[in-house]
Amino acid sequence: MTATIEPEVGKSRRRKEDERLITGRTRWTDNIALPGMLHLAVLRCPLAHAKITSLDTSAAKESPGVIAVYTAADLDPDGSIGMPCAWPVTPDMGAPRRPVLAADRVNFAGEGVAVVVARSAGEAHDALEAIEADYDELPPVLDMEAALAEGAPLVHEELDSNKNALWVFDSAGAGTGGDVEQALSSSEIVLKRRFRQQRLVPAFMEPRACVVDPTGTQVTMWSATQVPHILRVMSAMTLGIPEHKLRVIAPDVGGGFGGKIGVLPEEMMALLVAQKLGKPVKWNESRSETMLAAHHGRDQIQDLTISANADGTLTGLKVELLANLGAYNGLVGPGVPILGAFMFNAIYKIPAYHFACTNVFTTTTLTDAYRGAGRPEATFAIERIMDELADELGMDPLELREKNWIKHEEFPYTTVAGLTYDTGNYEAATEKAKQLFGYDELRREQERRRAANDPVQLGIGISTFTEMCGLAPSRVLGSLDYGAGGWEYASLRMLPTGKVEVTTGASAHGQGHETAWSQIVADQLGVPFEDVEVLHGDTQSSHKGLDTYGSRSLVVGGIAVVKAAEKVIAKAKPIAAHLLECSEDDLEFTGGKFAVKGTDSATTIQDVALAVFAAHNLPDGTEPSLDSDATFDPENFSFPHGTHLCAAEVDTETGRVTLRSYVCVDDVGTVVNPLIVEGQVHGGLAQGIAQALFEEAVHDESGTLTTGTFADYLLPSAADLPSFTTERTETPSTTNPLGAKGVGEAGTIASTPAVVNAVVDAVRHFGVNDIEMPLSPMRVWSAVRHGTVRAGGPGNEAGGGLGSIDASGGAQ
Amino acid sequence: MRITVTVDGTKYTDDVEPRTLLVHYLRERVGKVGTVVGCDTSNCGACTVHLDGHSVKSCSVLAVQADGSEITTVEGLARDGQLHPVQQAFHDNHALQCGFCTPGMIMQSIDLLADNPDPDEQAVREGLEGNLCRCTGYQNIVRAVRDAARHMSPGAGPEAEQIKHVGVGGE
Repeated sequence: MTATIEPEVGKSRRRKEDERLITGRTRWTDNIALPGMLHLAVLRCPLAHAKITSLDTSAAKESPGVIAVYTAADLDPDGSIGMPCAWPVTPDMGAPRRPVLAADRVNFAGEGVAVVVARSAGEAHDALEAIEADYDELPPVLDMEAALAEGAPLVHEELDSNKNALWVFDSAGAGTGGDVEQALSSSEIVLKRRFRQQRLVPAFMEPRACVVDPTGTQVTMWSATQVPHILRVMSAMTLGIPEHKLRVIAPDVGGGFGGKIGVLPEEMMALLVAQKLGKPVKWNESRSETMLAAHHGRDQIQDLTISANADGTLTGLKVELLANLGAYNGLVGPGVPILGAFMFNAIYKIPAYHFACTNVFTTTTLTDAYRGAGRPEATFAIERIMDELADELGMDPLELREKNWIKHEEFPYTTVAGLTYDTGNYEAATEKAKQLFGYDELRREQERRRAANDPVQLGIGISTFTEMCGLAPSRVLGSLDYGAGGWEYASLRMLPTGKVEVTTGASAHGQGHETAWSQIVADQLGVPFEDVEVLHGDTQSSHKGLDTYGSRSLVVGGIAVVKAAEKVIAKAKPIAAHLLECSEDDLEFTGGKFAVKGTDSATTIQDVALAVFAAHNLPDGTEPSLDSDATFDPENFSFPHGTHLCAAEVDTETGRVTLRSYVCVDDVGTVVNPLIVEGQVHGGLAQGIAQALFEEAVHDESGTLTTGTFADYLLPSAADLPSFTTERTETPSTTNPLGAKGVGEAGTIASTPAVVNAVVDAVRHFGVNDIEMPLSPMRVWSAVRHGTVRAGGPGNEAGGGLGSIDASGGAQ
Repeated sequence: MRITVTVDGTKYTDDVEPRTLLVHYLRERVGKVGTVVGCDTSNCGACTVHLDGHSVKSCSVLAVQADGSEITTVEGLARDGQLHPVQQAFHDNHALQCGFCTPGMIMQSIDLLADNPDPDEQAVREGLEGNLCRCTGYQNIVRAVRDAARHMSPGAGPEAEQIKHVGVGGE
């Protein structure tokens, strides 16, 4: 047995996960085929809002290969099953029942009304054609402001309005800062702006799927999910399946980005149908179904009012949001915009803050978590308005940020939103980014091009961001009415041959946990990296956990692994002392070895594992086990931060935007695997840039999704994106023993405003102070021709003193 | 209809429905589940395989059209326990995260390198335009393809290549 000497943490280990993925020896949910397995296909209503007047399944039942066709009346005869929402954000939140299949009313285009069970997927889909469904169309409810107006048609007739909830945070009321109205009325500059966060599709590459096997002693469900542990408990609660009789497995999962957080009607259908028929069933959706029925992200109207003194010192911030939830409450959907409440103040010292978010029901696909979940929306708005404020003040946008950000010596710093940022160094990250970017030279080039009236203008965009990561301290979640904790679990098993099995409650779907956790364990126990196996995503082997979302895996789940390893060592020490015939006090543990100080006498932890397995010679009363488990509940969030700089070229004759360079310096604390971290940043940047330039899920005036395929929804390809320069500074978090902060969402959160700021900067001299996302060539071209063009909506103005405060368009 | 195809070096004769797509035939009849389906509009490229030595999206070819052809899938690339240089480069350069687009990306990259054994960054980006990835932002995929090019003989295609030993990063 050899012990590793070089630390594993910090090493760019190539991933253990890769071998199966590059050779095709994978276990996607759709690869699972069981004896006698039947296939499901869901009939989806094409209308956004309708009464079901008749549903005749008799012809479909006669279709070749069809075993059964079920409607709501068959699967849920008394209408008691409702899809769960784990985040009731206010006591009076509107909570309409989301059925497994619509029984009488359909509330978005794509909602399921019947399910066919057949011998093959092809036969199931063929039979959908034979179902006769008739509908009476109801008025669609699409525009959030119209939906809140008096007399608007209701999405849900059982509710008295389309308002889901109003959630308010006020720094004066919370005791975390001053009164915002007073700040606004006494400041030299007040600027009000409206921004729109368009609706996005998470667009994981593997469509959703599940397989349910009801045979044997337990019901087993495989699902392409991010949240197998949550799915198990929620399925048990939703359908009344005894929890100990249900096993949930997330096999290889092809991406999630928040889009696979959910407890799906289709999963419930599969569970119900499999149990009804006593046969395994599979549901595997098409991409078109994903686009229609899997939850979307973003979709907010953001009204910001920011105030400052003439020297640029911020004095107040007022945020009024309208957040489109779609037709129903998703698993955490109502809470997503509220997460942003803590992030609008960003890295700045703002003395007074007011946040109000109105969640609105519309007859559209649900929205829920999508990479960043509330924090990209907040970061976009504050970083955009900082640029606009700089313009009003005639200041350099970077100088305005420097003037207001929390200085590195001021940490820990409690913000106006009540969070305590433990560490950070915005100066260092910004300085490094500026050097890499060549900031001053690019500014000079920008001036030259402007002076020369060059048809291709250059703009520079800045985004200095922070985010709350490591979701989450359970007590904080409790205070926000979230229905679960934020801890994470891990266990370690030392096998007789010295190999190590780690179970984690985190559920990887691309993040490389098998590799990173192996690195952590290798360092903790001093065993070779190759000797560690990481088990995840199966409620039978990794039996406890809260899964993967919100950049929490390493910062919470990884720490649980560290804690479990510490317990193994603590258990092994007295046994090692016994074997070496010395006192525990004489032992030191390094590099996987217990050594008697000052001698050559030593034994490895792997040898101790074998001795424990034999149990022939243990100290009296010792339990023969080195196994351990640990649950880690963080005391605080972690706060990654960074400075992102984007240089964008805008062809004023065509409106085409080209990213000339993109530099980011992220501070994600201690890095376990630089290769994985860099990959996460790249992917995050691509998604954030795509929001700025390419992507939008569009419903037409009838509520039909017009961007329902990859032919219509502009997911960027390799040809649409540049290479990025990604660097790091490292200010370890003080809230966990690794010093890690989380990285999964950083790139997405920071990049969208960097790109939009760059484009607006390039064409500002044409009278442009905003362009709505996505910045298509047409929109950019129109802005160059006509100055700022908006899709409507009140109040985008600036000025001095009181005259500019306009409370219209808010969420009252 | 009866078809005979050679998939990853093994001959298969099957009766298929005329409407069966090649990707479904490969997955459901031949058991080549390493090749995956990511969309229904032939935009994503996840199902890319080689048909008689050239990359095709197997969701847009009928199984009957492949009658008499040789097909290589991602499962047929490694030889004698040795990864194909493009597979190796994807591993070395962290060119995959969730891995769902990876089979298609690898098959398309091999085809790209057969056409252009020394592509610059732009050529790689344009050559992979028909394959979508949501995880990587493409940067490491581009890096992997150019790294693989350095390890492969000129004109390398789906046949086994010689690996030239060039130092790589990664560990």
